Amino acid sequence: MADPIRWARYRWQRLISTEGREVSSSSNSSSKRYQSSKTASKHRIVIPCLGHFKEEYEKVSKLYMNNKIRTTKYTLLNFIPRNLFEQFHRVANLYFLFLVVLNWVPLVEAFQKEITMLPLVVVLTIIAVKDGLEDYSKYKLDKQINNLLTKVYSRKEKKYIDECWKNVSVGDFIRLSRNEIIPADMVLLYSSDLDGICYIETASLDGETNLKQRQVVRGYSEQVSEIDPEKFSSRIECESPNNDLSRFRGFVEHSNKDRVGLSKENLLLRGCTVRNTEAVVGIVVYAGHETKAMLNNSGPHYKRSKLERKVNSDILWCVLLLILMCLTGAVGHGIWLSRYSEIPFFNIPGPDGKLIPPALAGFNMFWTMIILLQVLIPISLYVSIEIVKLGQIYLIQNDIDFYHEKTDSTIQCRSLNIAEDLGQIQYIFSDKTGTLTENKMVFRRCSIAGQEYCHEENAKRLESYQEMDSEDEDSADAQYASLNHMSKRRGHNCRAVNESLKKKSLDQLSGSYPVAGRENSASDVPHAGHVAFSSRIETDVVPDTQLLEKFSQISSHSYQQSEDAVSKLSLETTYIIDFFLALAICNTVVVSVPNQPRQKMRHSSLGRMPIKSLEEIRQMFQRLSVRRLSSSPLPSIKESSSESPNSFVSKLSIFKMKLASPALDGAAQRAAEPHNPDSPENPQLSEELDMVNVAAGSEHHSAGSSVKGSSPLSKLCYEAESPDEAALVHAARAYKCVLQSRTPDQVTVDFTGLGSLTFQLLHILPFDSVRKRMSVVVRHPVSNKVVVYTKGADSVMMDLLGTASEGTKNSEMEQKKIKERTQKHLDDYARRGLRTLCIAKKVMSNEEYTEWLNHHFLAETSIDNREELLLESAIRLETKLTLLGATGIEDRLQDGVPDTIQALRKAGIKIWMLTGDKRETAVNIAYACKLLEPDDKIFTLKSQSRDVCALVMNKILEGIQKNTSAKKTKSQKLGNVSASPTTQAPAFSAGLVIDGKTLEHVLHDSLQNIFLDLTEKCRAVVCCQATPLQKSVLVRLVRNKLKAMTLAIGDGANDVSMIQVADTGVGILGQEGMQAVMASDFAISQFRHLRKLLLVHGHWCYTRLTNMVLYFFYKNVAYVNLLFWYQFFCGFSGTSMTDYWILILFNLLFTSVPPIVYGVLDKDVSAEILMQIPQLYVMSQKSVAYLPSTFWITLLDAFYQSLVCFFVPYFTYYGSDIDIFSFGNPINTAALFIILLHLLIECKSVTWIHAVVIVGSILFYFVFTLAFGATCKTHNPPSNPYWIMERHMTDPVFYLVCLLTTCVALLPRYLLRVLQGTLFPSPVMRAKHLDKLIPEEQREAIKRWKDDCVVNCRMEFQVTSGSSSSATGAVSEEESIASVLPTSKTPLQFCSRGGLVEEVSLSDIQDESGNTNSLSSERTVFLNLSKETNSDSYGSSNCCAKVSQRTSEEGKSAISLAGLNTEQV
Amino acid sequence: KPDNTAFKQQRLPAWQPILTAGTVLPAFFVIGLIFIPIGIGIFVTSNNIREYEIDYTGTDPSSPCNKCLNVSWDSTPPCTCTINFTLEHSFESNVFMYYGLSNFYQNHRRYVKSRDDSQLNGDNSSLLNPSKECEPYRTNEDKPIAPCGAIANSMFNDTLELYRIDNDTRTPITLIKKGIAWWTDKNVKFRNPTGDGNNLTALFQGTTKPVNWPKPVYMLDSELDNNGFINEDFIVWMRTAALPTFRKLYRLIERKNNLQPTLQAGKYSLEITYNYPVYSFDGRKRMILSTISWMGGKNPFLGIAYITVGSICFFLGVVLLIIHHKYGNRNTSADIPN
Repeated sequence: MADPIRWARYRWQRLISTEGREVSSSSNSSSKRYQSSKTASKHRIVIPCLGHFKEEYEKVSKLYMNNKIRTTKYTLLNFIPRNLFEQFHRVANLYFLFLVVLNWVPLVEAFQKEITMLPLVVVLTIIAVKDGLEDYSKYKLDKQINNLLTKVYSRKEKKYIDECWKNVSVGDFIRLSRNEIIPADMVLLYSSDLDGICYIETASLDGETNLKQRQVVRGYSEQVSEIDPEKFSSRIECESPNNDLSRFRGFVEHSNKDRVGLSKENLLLRGCTVRNTEAVVGIVVYAGHETKAMLNNSGPHYKRSKLERKVNSDILWCVLLLILMCLTGAVGHGIWLSRYSEIPFFNIPGPDGKLIPPALAGFNMFWTMIILLQVLIPISLYVSIEIVKLGQIYLIQNDIDFYHEKTDSTIQCRSLNIAEDLGQIQYIFSDKTGTLTENKMVFRRCSIAGQEYCHEENAKRLESYQEMDSEDEDSADAQYASLNHMSKRRGHNCRAVNESLKKKSLDQLSGSYPVAGRENSASDVPHAGHVAFSSRIETDVVPDTQLLEKFSQISSHSYQQSEDAVSKLSLETTYIIDFFLALAICNTVVVSVPNQPRQKMRHSSLGRMPIKSLEEIRQMFQRLSVRRLSSSPLPSIKESSSESPNSFVSKLSIFKMKLASPALDGAAQRAAEPHNPDSPENPQLSEELDMVNVAAGSEHHSAGSSVKGSSPLSKLCYEAESPDEAALVHAARAYKCVLQSRTPDQVTVDFTGLGSLTFQLLHILPFDSVRKRMSVVVRHPVSNKVVVYTKGADSVMMDLLGTASEGTKNSEMEQKKIKERTQKHLDDYARRGLRTLCIAKKVMSNEEYTEWLNHHFLAETSIDNREELLLESAIRLETKLTLLGATGIEDRLQDGVPDTIQALRKAGIKIWMLTGDKRETAVNIAYACKLLEPDDKIFTLKSQSRDVCALVMNKILEGIQKNTSAKKTKSQKLGNVSASPTTQAPAFSAGLVIDGKTLEHVLHDSLQNIFLDLTEKCRAVVCCQATPLQKSVLVRLVRNKLKAMTLAIGDGANDVSMIQVADTGVGILGQEGMQAVMASDFAISQFRHLRKLLLVHGHWCYTRLTNMVLYFFYKNVAYVNLLFWYQFFCGFSGTSMTDYWILILFNLLFTSVPPIVYGVLDKDVSAEILMQIPQLYVMSQKSVAYLPSTFWITLLDAFYQSLVCFFVPYFTYYGSDIDIFSFGNPINTAALFIILLHLLIECKSVTWIHAVVIVGSILFYFVFTLAFGATCKTHNPPSNPYWIMERHMTDPVFYLVCLLTTCVALLPRYLLRVLQGTLFPSPVMRAKHLDKLIPEEQREAIKRWKDDCVVNCRMEFQVTSGSSSSATGAVSEEESIASVLPTSKTPLQFCSRGGLVEEVSLSDIQDESGNTNSLSSERTVFLNLSKETNSDSYGSSNCCAKVSQRTSEEGKSAISLAGLNTEQV
Repeated sequence: KPDNTAFKQQRLPAWQPILTAGTVLPAFFVIGLIFIPIGIGIFVTSNNIREYEIDYTGTDPSSPCNKCLNVSWDSTPPCTCTINFTLEHSFESNVFMYYGLSNFYQNHRRYVKSRDDSQLNGDNSSLLNPSKECEPYRTNEDKPIAPCGAIANSMFNDTLELYRIDNDTRTPITLIKKGIAWWTDKNVKFRNPTGDGNNLTALFQGTTKPVNWPKPVYMLDSELDNNGFINEDFIVWMRTAALPTFRKLYRLIERKNNLQPTLQAGKYSLEITYNYPVYSFDGRKRMILSTISWMGGKNPFLGIAYITVGSICFFLGVVLLIIHHKYGNRNTSADIPN
């Protein structure tokens, strides 16, 4: 439950601030305020502000907040104190404050008091201005929100009048119209909807774009007219404000003391939008900061990047260094003082005329030194890092490559301080659906009655869409038109018209929701996001010509043909009809018409039904019922596993709810009565009765519903639970089998050829992951039979098919043939990466149905283990099915996914795919996106118990170890022979597939380590059927145990938890709302953008920031040490030889901008090269640029440079008449040159901006010092550097000293870089060389670079295969078996399908070999063992016998032990 | 949609220096070739400078000034001593006479601060109410000290006089005491208090002399434009030295005519009025005679450093040349395996 709350929080944050980060912990203030008001009582009593309770209202309402919100942190008055307070929470700021205070102590004072404050004041001011601006923008937004208008009932005027949001208070009646935003949490009292339902869109809260239903409080829904606030005489009592979005408890107490319960279903939440409902009235129960939305609004999570942590630790080193230096100073001063027996007269006594003892003087000197050398701790570093990060983020956000035209969106950086982490990612955890794939389910193929329809035109259409991606809208339309034209030529006039109509409607649709309020205008949700799952690519299906022809025959001439001719054809025809009926009916799709309330789509079935065609339909179904294949019972239902109980329960509860509705109850009752012995012999009668039945039913249930006679076909809009469902409905629509409307008790389907049929909906057995199927029970309007339509995964459906016992032997054969052929098609689909579904049906007689119904009611009414009984009941219904066909739905991979994944892997990033999908689909997609390679060994981990799991993992590890060791020896041998240099440990290319249940075991403490060992050996890991929680646990595991940098990418609500856990969370602006984006640090629109984000921007950001930080350390150490060296020549008295203004401004002004520019703009390698050579990423991934040694080398260099910079002038001026500040001036000037030129050496690319900034800094320094020298006679006691710079400017020695100092200081660094570049060029260096080449050469070189890698890999691979083929000695036994075993594949597969117990002869590790082309959905051997067979089947294997024993002790009834496939080509 | 500009897309034209032996070779040779001649030039110049130095502290018992070693600020009568010395070479151009102090930490933080620039600039209010920085040399007997502070208080007060001994005749050498301070100091930074008339005694009314001084500031010199705060010896002293061993310009000896050197080689005698006590802190006092070039006094370091660095650069250039020939071509190809 925590997750939705968090989503809401993020969503709200975004509402409040346009920039992700701005929002700070405003919740603090709000919750505090809420605390104070809460004291009143545990419950809150809401009383309408009108009439009857006026006095009480006055009393109560004072306790509650009104609807005014304030999310700002500061007010004008408290800004300065409060901001300062906040800022001094930072340790660094406190440290500098401490220094300032220290400087006020006369004994230790080093500079003039005021001047030490300067840096701190500057830094504080910069941050305060930033905070102030942020807060101001929040203030403006608050004001805007507070001043939104809504209609509030006014007692005076006796009508609803416009009021600002901020004036709404608890107990007010509010009337909202469609598309208005709800201003406060209110209880729904009236809805214009006849069923008392109000639809709201909660996108602003949780990002979900599908509509939610809210119910009018019981007792008010019956009212026909709008509620009159004047007459409302009840009081509402509810719980105190809390942040639980999913809970609301309370009751309404009427004046006669009757109480009506309130639940979350009655509550309209602030921030949501009323949709599809004309008008609603509610009474406000929570307002302002007490609304659930606001209570959920807490501050953003503050992630700290790895680099920042490192910087902090290095700053601690600097502190240590500082203390060391100060100690040196203190001790030195003490010694220096004690050397004098008499007081030298240059040592001034204290104010009291006495000299303090050397020890105390030394102690004082320590603090003086800290003040003097404070710059060692770079105060400007923090500010600079923040500025640099802002600049980097700005550049990332402006990268045109991240722009996605289709959604008109570009990258969003929601977290501003972890950009450099992008350069260090070691693990990527990716969601599958919507992340790797488009999450656009497209109907691709189907197989009906064993006949495949491959929908070639549809495929062409998809291709053309793909092309369209890159072109702009105009040409897209043109192509679309041509497509229309094409289909016209083929004679689908109707279709073409339909399409264009549809297109128009879609266009309307996307523009149909007016931008309501600020929320929408601020949101970057793509337009398509408003309509769940219905982009054009999904809705338009070009029918297969062959199939369409057959289909049209049904309506046109099939019935004129003679009975004989019909036989074959008509069987197929009925199959086709049923197939599409099932597609249209067997779902939970909500039909709506854009711009109109959705419930107004009911049709009078009598009125719509063309009588003319009734006869035909009757004939058709009569024929069908004659050939009806009643099936015989099948023995086993194999449900070895029980999926996560939670989802199951929730699904069942939906189920229950549907059943519980009185209307449906009535229908069921009626159906249960064996009122009509309908039989084919009496068709006329039965039909008539049926018609009456249906009509009566519809009238009964939709009493008073307005009838829309001529609803335009094309304007229908489907909203489905899952995109798959929508795809199927759209597919059915393409064949003119149009789902017209759906109400809780009936479904209307419109056949173009036949007219519309209204099915009485008896039950919906919703999809759950245990059964892996869903069923719809309807009463057929024509035959009046009870028909069950089931669709589900092929693995379960195939076992539920019945054999035709009633039918002839011929038809039985037919069935079998169909089954086999369909299975073949299904396998083919799976190989092509399509999502497969089987469609089946079953016709029940009334007796059968009644019997089942009785059982079902029993199950429903039982209190204990109701869920199980309901499951059983569902299973009982779904037997003896007749296979109609299968569908293949494509979830296309996003553009460039395989390339991206390959590139990321070359970059040394391990990619894990975590998906909730089933294994087959996951593995297929993994292959399709090159996550798994054909050459990879795939280990599948699937076991029921922890011990088995451990055993299996150990086995695999052993196997791998053996393999690698064999490989190593082999490669060494090879190395000896061919003198090949690649003897390093070869990358073992293995993939691991693991499923949800096994994951649970694996994530147990005892197995974590071995699991991680295993995964470290594998190149890719695919986790299927993983729950969101497991996903996040996995990420946390890798992050904490392996200390790895993790990135999680996903698009949906189920990815939120892992996105939040990972070091870097990336959300994809996808089809599934904004939750993932809300939680993410970066939001991109396409998976492929990850490539540039990581390889280019990650690398850049990391190297830039690293280099800048190192440079900062260098700069400060180098500069401060100049002062330190001087202490040796001034008796450690803390004198500075530079005027302190210049000293302070040196860091603040003269040398601050160049490093920032360097940090934002430096480019070590061009983007093109980085993209083409992902291997370069490893450099930043391994922090090569910022190793501990780098830090110390940098410090060492800084020490050297400061030594040079001090002692060259020292020796030059030794013994001369130079004065302090004239001595300091050349040192300072040389230091400026050294520090800026050092930057130039470190710069990898120098643009005009660099040049301007560096030259500008130098000029600024000279201008400043000249001006300062010219004016400062007496204003700056005691160090008036009057005319010093001027004098030096005319002194040649000054220039000579500066020149020599600069050269000598920079020589080692320069030489180091030169030698590095020449003798040990880093890959980055070599890549940089490529930049200089002309394009052709460059291409050549890159190719060569890549070839290098490929050659390396191939050599390794050859080694592997060599070792396995030799099969001598200890070289893994498995592999030798693997080469023998390919034939075993088919029987294994068969066995698993048949559910037979398969004996595993060898061990629990079963090897299987096959090339990837024969990717079967069944890679793993599935074993369903009953208790009895346990010992038999495992008897042959010692270790496994033990295992099974242990598991049976645990009381497991069945073990599904998986094998582990070692695959090898 | 982001703008497609060079800056935003990070495609700004850039100079991308690649530091390899090949590319930086010329730089090293150039540096070498520039530095060595410069170094030689400086070195020669420095060597041409004549410099003569006498330590007259008198720590050595044989020294004539040994008797004055333990003088205090206000010893009366002043201790005087004479040191004879011989110049081996003649000093051709203008000679600068310095006094030098060693182990004198004029750069001690609190010492450096102990002055009031406003007072020295002639500010009348500061004259009577000196800055707190001058403590404990701010007031004496409830009168403000002018000039206040430790620096002024510890002003060097030896008097040096130079005689040329030519056949037992002592000819005094004219020592010019003006022009030894920075022009800006004398004319801008240091000002006497302003008031009616030029009577310094009246202007300094109400102030008292620094504790160690024998006489007040307005009696430092007889000439009006070298008296009071604008006394050049005072100004020179007030410019605190950077290092504990330093020299300060004391007098100028101008070359009289082109025919004869400023100081001929020969015997000279230095007469010292020994007032300044340095022995207590192990200090040393020196008198330095030096000619001056465009680069100031004699200092061989800079020249040697330039020559050394130039040579090193040249040498490195050669090394890099070798490296470049051996390994240089490796860079241009990317096919070195990792």
